[in-house]
Amino acid sequence: MAKNEIKYLTAIKTEQPKKKYCRFKKYGIRYVDYKDVEFLKKFLNEQGKILPRRLTGNSLKYQRKVTDAIKKARQMALLPYVTDLLK
Amino acid sequence: MKNYEMMVIFTPVLSDEEFKAAQKRYIDLLTANGGELVHSNPWGLKSLAYPVQKKTTGIYWVVEYKATADFNQKLNVQIHRDEQVLRHMYTALDKYAVEYNAKKRSGVQSATEKAEA
Repeated sequence: MAKNEIKYLTAIKTEQPKKKYCRFKKYGIRYVDYKDVEFLKKFLNEQGKILPRRLTGNSLKYQRKVTDAIKKARQMALLPYVTDLLK
Repeated sequence: MKNYEMMVIFTPVLSDEEFKAAQKRYIDLLTANGGELVHSNPWGLKSLAYPVQKKTTGIYWVVEYKATADFNQKLNVQIHRDEQVLRHMYTALDKYAVEYNAKKRSGVQSATEKAEA
């Protein structure tokens, strides 16, 4: 056993990551509007890139609806393709 | 009769009555071909997220309408011929989209605001 390795009797209580939930299922949203820019910005990071599902916590079906809406908004110049300090 | 929604960006140099004339022209084309206008929503001058055709602002116009499937072909020809239009996009609306738009118009606080809150 390595000299400095410390063995704990009970496992250290790691901080539980907040349980992610799909906000579309929870709030019963069925349609993602590409004109609703403020709402879509929640799914973009600073550079304007789409956040992955593991960060947004969306279910697959709604993550795809969100990406479609974001791509439509980008096409109609409501959202930038790439930028810095979007928020 | 399917539900469609069209968003059009006009050149910012367009004066107000030209903008109204353009709207009227497309709405007349719609009613002439048996379509039905559900809601016309001019947003007016807005700045674009990135320059389109060297212009950084544009006049947005969103119109929701019902039409037969082959109407879009005629509309497409007209829009491509019109050089005042910078960019346009049609989207077909499913029943949730129509319900969303109706609720949004009637001012009910939609689920997305709830989700934001």
